[in-house]
Amino acid sequence: MAAKIEYKNGILPSSAWKPELTRKAYGEMLVELGRQNPNVVVLDADLSESTYTKYFRAEFPERFVECGIAEQDMMNTAAGLSTWGFIPFLSSYAIFLTGRAWDQMRNTVDYSNLNVKIAAAHGGISVGKDGCSHQSMEDLGNVMGLVNMTVLVPADYWETRRMMAWIPQHEGPLYFRLGRERVPMVTTEETPFVPGRAVEVVGGNDGTFIACGMMLSRAVRAAELLAEEGIFSRVLNMPMLKPIDEEAIVKAAVETGAVVTIEEHSIYGGLGSVVARIIAESEHRVPVRVIGIPDIYLESAGPEELLGVAGLTAENAAAKMKDALARRA
Amino acid sequence: MRECKLSTLNLTEEELTQTARLVRHDILLMCNAAKSGHPGGPLSAADYLTALWMNYLDCEPKNPFWEGRDRFVLSNGHCSALNYALMAHRGYFSRGYLLTFRTLGTRLQGHPSKVKLPGVEVSTGSLGQGLSVAHGMALGARMRGVPERTVFCNCGDGELQEGNIWEAVMHAGHRETDNLVLSVDFNNAQIDGYVENVKGIEPLADKFEAFRWRVHIANGHDMSDIVKAWEWALEGTPKRGHPCGQPSVILFKTVMMEGTGEFENIPGWHGRPPKDDEVMKMLKALGFDYGSVEEARASLGEAVYDGYVPEEER
Repeated sequence: MAAKIEYKNGILPSSAWKPELTRKAYGEMLVELGRQNPNVVVLDADLSESTYTKYFRAEFPERFVECGIAEQDMMNTAAGLSTWGFIPFLSSYAIFLTGRAWDQMRNTVDYSNLNVKIAAAHGGISVGKDGCSHQSMEDLGNVMGLVNMTVLVPADYWETRRMMAWIPQHEGPLYFRLGRERVPMVTTEETPFVPGRAVEVVGGNDGTFIACGMMLSRAVRAAELLAEEGIFSRVLNMPMLKPIDEEAIVKAAVETGAVVTIEEHSIYGGLGSVVARIIAESEHRVPVRVIGIPDIYLESAGPEELLGVAGLTAENAAAKMKDALARRA
Repeated sequence: MRECKLSTLNLTEEELTQTARLVRHDILLMCNAAKSGHPGGPLSAADYLTALWMNYLDCEPKNPFWEGRDRFVLSNGHCSALNYALMAHRGYFSRGYLLTFRTLGTRLQGHPSKVKLPGVEVSTGSLGQGLSVAHGMALGARMRGVPERTVFCNCGDGELQEGNIWEAVMHAGHRETDNLVLSVDFNNAQIDGYVENVKGIEPLADKFEAFRWRVHIANGHDMSDIVKAWEWALEGTPKRGHPCGQPSVILFKTVMMEGTGEFENIPGWHGRPPKDDEVMKMLKALGFDYGSVEEARASLGEAVYDGYVPEEER
């Protein structure tokens, strides 16, 4: 039965997935961009080992600005550098960048529309054992309302590389979210990244999963589980949350009659909120289910354990899809 | 050291004093006309920032993105009225436009906006942020190989209660960023009272020295002392060929609402616009004798923006 699944755009079936770090792709690509473009500069706040900016630091020490444990200062130092035509990439953990340095991000970087690229590692709860203080389930909501901000959530290693190759061509503030854990490489070098566009990675008309980040693997797996029961759901990867591909969302609603979103983020302010609004405001009010972290703080535990507690599993996604399909008009 | 193209006015001390008096005049009328705004800080910093803008800040007012320019960051963005009045007197746009301050459609936002007004290097207003940006700009100049481009930043004294300021102070001291010059408007007044009572910041000079800055204290209302202070600061910069390996800070001792007689040194004037009768008294204390507020406003001329317009707006 599973063989009937239609994988698209170079996506791999779950049996072929191998795990890799998105932040490693970030570090590797920074070096490549550094070689191509002398305007690329990198800032870090005492986390260059973890964010993999250490690669760039080693090759371009004169273009690396270590800011110490001072995220607010780092955000605005990057802002100042950008006024000279540099393309600053700064990184720390999502919780600190969008928490402590939010005011700097909003009032200096975004309001002034400066060309600062914000790479937020350790997005989501899969940070795991470090516990709640280091888990970030609010970061996307914190940046989605920033007027000039472009928001990216790569699904895996390869998508991070593709995005990084594009980012220097983009002008203006940009936020992109990396994770801590190795996540399945669902996409391949053949999978396209088109800014502002969703990518259909599994074909089907029995409802649509819309996923971003590492949850793309859960959505694809859920589609595989449903296929075993003869239900063929579409899967859309939504790597760019802002500006979002409204057309693909509405098209999915029209053509498949139900939508289930899944993201490693609070149910407030992320992918699900946006998709639900777009469908509610369209003429096609199909059943929608939003899977995200419910309104709870999590704790120290392994990533899979926490994702299970939050309901971020393929099994739950499949169940939610059946529930939505049962209410399809 | 490369040749620096200097683009300043080189006014005499007396001319600077008179310009500062007019700048105060304009600030009061702006806040009065807008029925909002912050007159207190602008009037305390007016003398020393007039000296900076007229005589030391390299710029081309009709070409605000001239690449040889120095940078100015008003970290205490609520003193925007002063920033705008200085720009008008420096030639960025006509003084009459100042009266559009804080009205719908104006480039003269309540707090300076980079996207609205060419010549504003970065938007400010949320206190404590400007020094980090200024420091980033100074590092950028260095990384571009033009350390003689100097970045000036102004902070309020109350603003130094913000943590982000000290992150920047630590960072600039660590990196020996000597093309960064900070001025502090030390008027000892903030919204909730005198700074020393709200949350004291002294000993301020010791604090900066401990963070490896050069420190100079000056009387912010004595033009001769002010000129000496700016000269002192610049003498330690690559611009003058003497990179000293330290950022510089001038603590300007000032009085809130300086020049307005009975209204001086009252923290309540931080963010209160003067009413018509009050503004007339203030202007009189500054030596301007008008028959009415309308007459005073008319002295500024027509409210038209005649400054640089970015290409995308043309």
